[in-house]
Amino acid sequence: MNSKFFFYKKKITSFIMMSLTFVAALAAIIPLVLIFYYTISKGITYLNLDFFLAMPKPVGESGGGMANAIVGTLILIGLGGLIGVPVGIMTGTYLSEFGNNKFAYAVRFLTDVLSGIPSIVVGVVAYTMVVVPMKHFSALAGGIALGILMIPTITRTTEEMIKLVPHSLREAGLALGIPKWKTTLAIVLRTAWKGIATGVLLGLSRAAGETAPLLFTALGNRFWSTSIGQPIASLTVYIYDYARAPFEDWNQQAWTAALVLILLISVLSLLFRIITRSKYKTN
Amino acid sequence: MEIKLSVKNLDAYYGKNKVLKNISIDVPKNKVVAIIGPSGCGKSTFIRCLNRMHEVVGGTINGSILLDNEDLTKTDPVLLRKRVGMVFQKPNPFPSMSIFNNVAAGLRLNGVRNKKQITPIVEKCLKQAALWEEVKNNLNDSGANISGGQQQRLCIARTLAVSPEIILMDEPASALDPISTTKIEDLIFELKKDYTIVIVTHNMQQAARVSDYTAFFYVGELIEYSDTKKMFTSPDKQQTEDYIRGKFG
Amino acid sequence: MRKVETSSKKKSLFKKILSSSNVGDFIFERLTLLFAVSVFLLVILLGYEMYQGSKLSIEKFGWSFLVNSTWDPVREIYGALPIIYGTVVSAALALIIALPLSIGVAIYLSEVAPPWLEKPLSFLVELLAGIPSVIYGLWGIFVLVPWIRKVVEPYLSDKLGYLPFFKGAPYGFGLLAAVIILSVMVLPIISSISRDVLKSVPRSQREAALALGASKWQSTMIVLRDARPGILGATMLGLGRAIGETMAVTMVIGNRALISPSLFDPSYTMASVIANEFTEATSEMYLSALIELALVLFVITIIINALARLLVWSMDRKWKTT
Repeated sequence: MNSKFFFYKKKITSFIMMSLTFVAALAAIIPLVLIFYYTISKGITYLNLDFFLAMPKPVGESGGGMANAIVGTLILIGLGGLIGVPVGIMTGTYLSEFGNNKFAYAVRFLTDVLSGIPSIVVGVVAYTMVVVPMKHFSALAGGIALGILMIPTITRTTEEMIKLVPHSLREAGLALGIPKWKTTLAIVLRTAWKGIATGVLLGLSRAAGETAPLLFTALGNRFWSTSIGQPIASLTVYIYDYARAPFEDWNQQAWTAALVLILLISVLSLLFRIITRSKYKTN
Repeated sequence: MEIKLSVKNLDAYYGKNKVLKNISIDVPKNKVVAIIGPSGCGKSTFIRCLNRMHEVVGGTINGSILLDNEDLTKTDPVLLRKRVGMVFQKPNPFPSMSIFNNVAAGLRLNGVRNKKQITPIVEKCLKQAALWEEVKNNLNDSGANISGGQQQRLCIARTLAVSPEIILMDEPASALDPISTTKIEDLIFELKKDYTIVIVTHNMQQAARVSDYTAFFYVGELIEYSDTKKMFTSPDKQQTEDYIRGKFG
Repeated sequence: MRKVETSSKKKSLFKKILSSSNVGDFIFERLTLLFAVSVFLLVILLGYEMYQGSKLSIEKFGWSFLVNSTWDPVREIYGALPIIYGTVVSAALALIIALPLSIGVAIYLSEVAPPWLEKPLSFLVELLAGIPSVIYGLWGIFVLVPWIRKVVEPYLSDKLGYLPFFKGAPYGFGLLAAVIILSVMVLPIISSISRDVLKSVPRSQREAALALGASKWQSTMIVLRDARPGILGATMLGLGRAIGETMAVTMVIGNRALISPSLFDPSYTMASVIANEFTEATSEMYLSALIELALVLFVITIIINALARLLVWSMDRKWKTT
């Protein structure tokens, strides 16, 4: 009798708790749906060709676009990539090929820790290291901050992807008498490059969404500028400024900028998906 | 002879793959039945049908399995598994629990909370599993910090604590050294006084040593099922003889 | 004698470099090593730069920087206590909301969901983690804050207004908005790592529990027990993220250095002070105090992340040995 009662209690508890986990999963999706819904429905009103091709209008005039910010964001992530991609790939290669020692474990640990450091802290350091000596804000300072932030993602994906390359391939190269460095470059990295490329795209798309490290490095610019020595506009800083501005027109444009930013990131991660998919197909 | 478990026309599937074809076996009470056959013949799937673990990994079955004349494909799996215990191929004690709590786990899962009730059962089961003498002074150590052979006997004790009627063993000694294997085999011999046992093994000597009846499976089919002595001296089927003589495997 | 020895030694080193086919291998290893060392140095450089930049403030205020509750740029007095308070309280409350939900999501994804649903759901959760922080902030300003002002705060002050946590004018911008937005932002981090941790527990553990007559929930609890260190690690990673989160918080928290028990009141976090005031910092001392805040933030997040990683790594190793 008692055990029968316990059996039903156990079954019912199980059913309730399992249902609750489903509710939790649903609840987690709600903010995602809301954010996408608002960004798309509010952002679409200003989404036209002008937004991509025109410059921002002065206060009071409606219309205009964010051509400078779109180009600025691309320049910034490009600059970041110039630092983050080589450092990340080379470090990842070191970790996977020669990484069986204490130093490598320390580096692995530090890259993981680095990925958890708030991006604004990196912005502060880029300020003291670049902006202060140059005596003015610049795209370069912003790019350096973004580059530092990309390193952990690219390092870890490179390492993981190289580790996926079957050992037999490596041995085949070495058995032919090809030196290790050539084997790594010609066989291992060539096999793993798609995986590494996805890591790079992931790093770039995350950098594209960063705001905090740009606030006092790249600063922002209402005019057209592609010089890396000058302050440069970016979509994220525009969103921040326009969202807090007291003009309805600017608030609207902030939503559109958010939509464009999401589209930009989606394009990057779509590339990511296409690359990974074709990888699995060939295998 | 009392029949404890009766399998009738059992088919088992993984998705659309039919992995067991029309199996019928009667398991007598307080006997040991060994299932032998080359790997991939469906012997593991077969015993996993007997406590409905097969469906946990997404498998389905057709046919009936009678436990004391009650169709277990229609009873609740949670209730059923209390009556049909299982020991797995690789020892799987709960590493975050002590030796004591590992044995007590099954009791607690079934609502026994009183420590006064639990302690004697734990001691009894560890004795039955021939592990008591080795662990009685460190019952609070983690269940993962003992040797592989001890872990497997701990898993047997854990299964006994729920007081099942049938114990299923899926190659229980295949991951163990010869000395631990002997201990497990001795243990099986002791246990059949109180329990009905179905054991899967790929080791024919083991089947010959421990079992009363033996079933030979080949690619999802039951080729032959008979008294163990007869099976290993004069099997009816040529295929069985070839397998036993080691012509394929 | 000695001369011969050194020259042969020299020769052998030279030979070693040359013969190891091997100039290439030698250079290749050293070159990649160089980059690995640079990552190592980078972390040290970050700390060093901020230490240099905050020297002025450290020398003037010493430990009182951390315990003084006045943050007044006009009088050049910098005490970060209310800011540290805001950071800790907002992050802690966000975790209290996000943790049970995240564990629920992780359990659903790893133990309950059918494979055809698990993949897209995991993707959506990861998508949530990929939304830029500034877009969370934008959504916070125009959707979340008005909703809190018009619905949540009036309701709470009506029903629970006698409690000190729900006192004050329903302004919308404030601690409550920051807590909600932070909990949404840390949820995907905690749940996706916890899901991986749960999945790393071998299937044999679930089968052992089920074979003893455990219900689905009971077997999940046993798996959860095994996964505790990893989930704790995931939680700490979430905490690190909540403490360092900048844009979304800055945009909704109200930005006033204030110690108040009420969730309706504006507050401030270390990251949002830096974001908000850095470009306005006109004096050397002001800038130095802000850089010191960044240093404190850096040290705290390094400690939290280091502990978290060690916990998550220990889980990986645990199952490899058994």
